[in-house]
Amino acid sequence: MAYKKVAKKYSGKIKEVTIGTGDKAITLGGRNVLPLHAFDGEVGQSPKVGLEIVDEVPSDWIDAFANLYGDVQKDAATWAKYVEETYAPDFICLRFEGADPNGSNRSVEECVETAKKVSESVSLPLVIAGSKNVEKDSEIFKAIAEALEGKNILLLSAQEENYKTVGAAGALAYKQKVAAESSVDINLAKQLNILMTQLGVQKEDVVMHVGCAAAGYGYEYVSSTMDRITLAALGQNDETLQMPIITPISFETWSVKESIATEEDEPNWGSIEERGIHMEVSTAAASIASGSDAVIVRHPKSLEAIKYYLNSIIG
Amino acid sequence: MALSGIQIFKLTPRTNCKECGFPTCMAFSMKVAAGAITIDKCPHISDEATQQLAEATAPPMKTIVIGKDAAERKIGGETVLFRHEKTLVSKTLFAVQFSDTMTDEVIESKMANIIKVDYDRIQEQMSVESIVVKYDGNKDKYLVLIEKLKSLGKIFILACTDVNIAKEAIALVKDTKPILVGANKDNIDDMIALAKENNVVLGLNGDTVEDIYALVETAEKAGHKELILNPGTTEMAKTFENTIEIRRTAIVGGDRTFGYPSIVFANELSNGNQFVETALASTYILKYGSIVVLDDINYPKALALFGLRQNIFTDPQKPMRVEPKVYEFNKPKEDSPVLITVDFALTYFVVSGEIERSKAPAWLLIPDAGGLSVLTSWAAGKFGGTVIKNMIKECGIEEKLTKKRLVLPGKVAVLKGDLEEELPGWEIIVGPEEAMQLPKFLNELV
Ligand code: B12
Ligand code: SF4
Repeated sequence: MAYKKVAKKYSGKIKEVTIGTGDKAITLGGRNVLPLHAFDGEVGQSPKVGLEIVDEVPSDWIDAFANLYGDVQKDAATWAKYVEETYAPDFICLRFEGADPNGSNRSVEECVETAKKVSESVSLPLVIAGSKNVEKDSEIFKAIAEALEGKNILLLSAQEENYKTVGAAGALAYKQKVAAESSVDINLAKQLNILMTQLGVQKEDVVMHVGCAAAGYGYEYVSSTMDRITLAALGQNDETLQMPIITPISFETWSVKESIATEEDEPNWGSIEERGIHMEVSTAAASIASGSDAVIVRHPKSLEAIKYYLNSIIG
Repeated sequence: MALSGIQIFKLTPRTNCKECGFPTCMAFSMKVAAGAITIDKCPHISDEATQQLAEATAPPMKTIVIGKDAAERKIGGETVLFRHEKTLVSKTLFAVQFSDTMTDEVIESKMANIIKVDYDRIQEQMSVESIVVKYDGNKDKYLVLIEKLKSLGKIFILACTDVNIAKEAIALVKDTKPILVGANKDNIDDMIALAKENNVVLGLNGDTVEDIYALVETAEKAGHKELILNPGTTEMAKTFENTIEIRRTAIVGGDRTFGYPSIVFANELSNGNQFVETALASTYILKYGSIVVLDDINYPKALALFGLRQNIFTDPQKPMRVEPKVYEFNKPKEDSPVLITVDFALTYFVVSGEIERSKAPAWLLIPDAGGLSVLTSWAAGKFGGTVIKNMIKECGIEEKLTKKRLVLPGKVAVLKGDLEEELPGWEIIVGPEEAMQLPKFLNELV
């Protein structure tokens, strides 16, 4: 008997969403095959990798980053420029940790100021992340969307509680892109996408953030959720799930024990920096293999490894 | 592929003798097809028919047993492509590669690393299960190396395409159920003979799926069905494609020629970059690597890879819960703090491990929180003030205490106010967000 290939053709396709402007703009999605399955059909845009920076000197990052960045971290715009020139990621994720009311509680105006300066100092596409405080994030997203009109940024993210504000301001009023964030559940993802559409937001302006966890910490739910979403989007041609997926890997992997336990506390475990990179690379690759069209990492070595991996495996 | 009732009916004697307890052979056959009863309940069924049925209902992919005694493991036996469809069955095993061109120093260091990276994570022992010994041209050294590596007690995977050398190498380890990754287009017949004679699993090397397919057919025809497939070692994209095609042909296409486990040499594909190797190894944990070969092992790598593997190979059909009750650590006394968490097994093991590490006496209360993680159960309304209060009132802990201090997981600090009202006489303390901070926290608390 001769070998017979089991062909896999899907009727659905992941939509393309563009972030940023000019030469450096990036497009996510566009595939009608399972992740990395270039041999099955149109693999679309190669998944994109962004680096994370913060609006203030991060207090809970391991020392390795201070050694890496030094004073550059003191000013988000300088930091962004440094990252663009030194590491050339596909995009930069600027996280407004300083906006947290339980932290520095920086005002909306201050955040807008920072966003503007960062935007002026780089040409890479920007993803704007918040402080995890839903109300405050709605305010800063709205104000930043307005201030950076025309820059085609991605707001990470709109959740069930604030999608109206973030969706209306971000996508409708100022024509930015919005990430719809749900909690590791295909139905919740679908529901939020539908709500966004009902609000009037175009499907082409939405990407999904369907949840994340660090490898070893309930990650199987993340992987399976993405598998199911991908199969529904491609196999059942479910248009409400055909938005590309962005996954902020670094938000999860750098707070688990493997990445932060000190070398004194775990003398057997070796370099804390290497541990963190392996955790984020492992989680990022697993997410890409499950359906992420973009991932956010923190360490430049993770960026480099994932880029090399992508270039080689998609061929 | 399961057989239909009609197909099974054709295998019965069709005499309707009723000895099986069913009125007709047909009625019996329908039950067998539905999986409600096994075919041996008919005393008149022929051996041949039983055999035929066993073959027809066997899983699309073979389960291969490798290694002996404590090192014994199963690979293969998968029935689905995605874990949510049912479950993945045999977890990916890891191997570290040795070769006769390595210096003694490198060899010693890798051996030491294999011994060192051996730890418990949530009730699973984590270590590299196997070692690849690659033949790179120095026969004497190769054979000595194999002897030397025996002390590790791991599954042997001999990577050697020279039949004569392989023969001598196999002789050294044939009682350990090793794998010989050695067959290719040019040596297949000799390799099959060698593998059969020594009853070892044979690894087939090919660059294209067509080549590998032909090798499997040759091996099966020669009566050797203990096989493992190597989808390539030179090109990342091609290897990934082959791995997917092989598994898909078996599971979706129902073609058992490809129903064998795989071995992926992530080390050789990753261009000497350990982080690229981790990216690849992680991909193959999800996408069909039965054995993944690494250049070396160390904690930074292992913590990530073994953690991911542990997650992916949990059975989605079986919720991982622990029993809701009062757990005691380090002989708690009447003034020891009372910690509270949820009944999700992962959370329990992470938290209990840290309390043990702290050596501080403590009580740990676990209410029925639906088997969910801290934030998930809180968001689902299953781990709030009332649940916690009821647990405390009902479990009888209060009678054992002179000092009532309740430590909350940092992630649900919002519950503090509620609980202060619900539990007069208790001091409500917000603990750290991550369990790893518990030892420091508990030792400062006491
Ligand atoms: C996997 C997962 C699920 C799985 C559940 C798996 C399970 N058995 O719990 C599924 C897919 C089913 C799920 C469902 C939901 N989820 Co969920 N889920 C997650 C995810 C991705 C990981 C959770 C996990 O396993 N963590 C690992 C364990 C070990 O963490 P942990 O229990 O918190 O324990 C740590 C600490 O808390 C600490 N700790 C634990 N106990 C104690 C005790 C003391 C004393 C101390 C000091 C410390 C401590 O130690 C541990 C390690 O450091 C998280 C996102 C994330 N990355 O965390 C979302 C998340 C928890 N889920 C969320 C939500 C909203 C839900 C849903 C309510 C969604 C919905 N509306 O339906 C549902 C509810 C389920 C239901 N209705 O039954 C939200 C919660 C938001 C919030 N802040 O309140 C999260 C944060 C996702 C998000 N960003 O939106 N989820
Ligand atoms: S025992 Fe066998 S032969 Fe007799 S009725 Fe049942 S199936 Fe038919």
